[in-house]
Amino acid sequence: MSPTRFSGTDRYVATDDLMMAVNAAVTLGRPLLVKGEPGTGKTQLAEEVALALNRPLIQWHIKSTTKAQQGLYEYDAVSRLRDSQLGDARVHDIGNYIVKGKLWEAFTHEVQPVVLIDEIDKADIEFPNDLLLELDRMEFHVYETQQTVKARYRPVIIITSNNEKELPDAFLRRCFFHYIRFPDKETMERIVRVHYPDLKKRLLSEALEAFFEIREVPGLKKRPSTSELLDWIKLLVAEDIPPEALRGDQHKLIPPLYGALLKNEQDVHLFERLLFMSRRKKD
Amino acid sequence: MMTDFFLKLRKAGLPVTLTEFLTLLEALSQRVTAHNIEEFYYLARATLVKDERHYDRFDQVFSSHFKGLETLFHEMIGATVPLEWLHKLAELTLSEEDKQLIESLGGWKKLMETFAQRMAEQEGRHQGGNKWIGTAGTSPFGAYGYNPEGIRIGQETSRHRRAVKVWDRREFRNLDDTIELGTRNIKVALRRLRRFAREGAAEELDLDGTIRSTARNAGYLDLRMVPERHNAVKVLLFLDVGGSMDDHVRVCEELFSAARGEFKHLEYFYFHNMVYEGLWKDNRRRYTEKTETLTVLRTFGQDYKLILVGDATMSPYEITYPGGSVEHFNPEAGDVWLNRLLAVFPRAIWLNPQHQNRWSYIPSIQMVRELMGERMFPLTLEGLEQGIRALQRAR
Repeated sequence: MSPTRFSGTDRYVATDDLMMAVNAAVTLGRPLLVKGEPGTGKTQLAEEVALALNRPLIQWHIKSTTKAQQGLYEYDAVSRLRDSQLGDARVHDIGNYIVKGKLWEAFTHEVQPVVLIDEIDKADIEFPNDLLLELDRMEFHVYETQQTVKARYRPVIIITSNNEKELPDAFLRRCFFHYIRFPDKETMERIVRVHYPDLKKRLLSEALEAFFEIREVPGLKKRPSTSELLDWIKLLVAEDIPPEALRGDQHKLIPPLYGALLKNEQDVHLFERLLFMSRRKKD
Repeated sequence: MMTDFFLKLRKAGLPVTLTEFLTLLEALSQRVTAHNIEEFYYLARATLVKDERHYDRFDQVFSSHFKGLETLFHEMIGATVPLEWLHKLAELTLSEEDKQLIESLGGWKKLMETFAQRMAEQEGRHQGGNKWIGTAGTSPFGAYGYNPEGIRIGQETSRHRRAVKVWDRREFRNLDDTIELGTRNIKVALRRLRRFAREGAAEELDLDGTIRSTARNAGYLDLRMVPERHNAVKVLLFLDVGGSMDDHVRVCEELFSAARGEFKHLEYFYFHNMVYEGLWKDNRRRYTEKTETLTVLRTFGQDYKLILVGDATMSPYEITYPGGSVEHFNPEAGDVWLNRLLAVFPRAIWLNPQHQNRWSYIPSIQMVRELMGERMFPLTLEGLEQGIRALQRAR
């Protein structure tokens, strides 16, 4: 029997409110919509939920051209046309040309799967509306073969959004919602610990200090996120940078390997200028 | 108690629906949470609130509604603290001055009352989330206020190491769309304009669609048309600079940088207080390199949307009289020019960084608003969204 409650994994630190939202969605079999700053682990959440609950994960990544229908099934009319001209016998059964989509796959799975619908806001504005009934009743109808596909077990559906488009109210009504806040220092420490258990304590605290200081810089175009911090720490470890290099006299120099944290040149300039100014003030 | 909460949320302007409320009740009856108010808060938030901008408002309603009921929750799990404990704890943690203060206030009983009173006062004017008392008025753990670290007595969870309740910390303040704007937020709001891109009459041959429907039709040709893609929204942005606008430079900068990233066709011009016969593109060379407003009117077509950003705070003469401008002699009055602009660009809005509460006290704002046909919006996220919606509605 797989566990039914989610409480984070040894690779993923989940806050209380996130756990509650996931568990509510699992218990009631409703989709969970997750939003948050880029790099706060929205997509990873689905993987970890699947892992923790010991369920298969089905991923559906949405692009601007994705249609809702593609998640259910597609009718490959072109190859049927070709087959009919070649006199292929397969042509008489329309079912041969129905290509199953991710949701169909999820609905007919032997165990209850976790479905990730990633970046739903990338798709057309009508996309969520087209999936309303399917996500609500967990069934859909195939017109070509006149069959109804019904979910054997209501899958755990996790939807992520980057807020590029507003989602329709009718869609939101059917979901649980969670906004992943940017982690505070304490949570961040736990997250880094989970990824680098052997990290020296001093390096960790110096790195976090520097990281949050950079995030505080007003007017940054893109503030570094959790995933960037993790990359940076990885680099620091790989290059064997001593903690002293990151320490207090930061006002004297820009942190080493800052390229992992600041991703565009205006931000780097801005940061350098601020450092320069604060150094002048000190002198 | 739950129905009241629901109604209060609706009253506070949160778009909560009955379906969501029923979901919450269902979750409660399925025992998703134990009887713990913190978990209940998380559950209610995940069920009822669907937009992080509403988190703050939700927190406030939650706090006011469940104030006091918290004790009820504790009683349910049997964690009420006898008064003697409080006394004992006071002995241990309070300094001599504190004890004297307690005496001077008339002992414990009186102290509790004073607390309740003080907290009620504080509700009204706390700012920036630095509340020194964060819990509900009737909580038995009244000692919070005297020990800045906040003492958690008899409460089962110390794992958070915080004395202030989650919903009272109001961490989502700046996500509320009526308060603050960040570049990213503005971008999201501006992106609404993108939706406009694919509207229009079906007049382009849809090759894929035609092949698909022809195949479906067993080989008989079936032509399909789709609307032409207008992928580029065209925006003309006029920004007020200098003078009274200095207070609002930051928001305007943010709006401007966000707009720059978001639109393929963005043209911007600066003006001062009111549009007259000349506009400029570089504020440093405003006197030497002017663009005639008439040229702008001729150059850009009707498909451009006009966004004026300005506080519209000036003397009424600057709007209605020739020669009223503070900077130069203008042969024609400001309202004449504004009307000309509106005639060429029927889709236009005015964004005002001035707080909306103050609009009615400033006559010039009223006048500009009338000229704009009421399409003036505050420069907040909410206002921006309303404005963009107004832009999308064809006149």
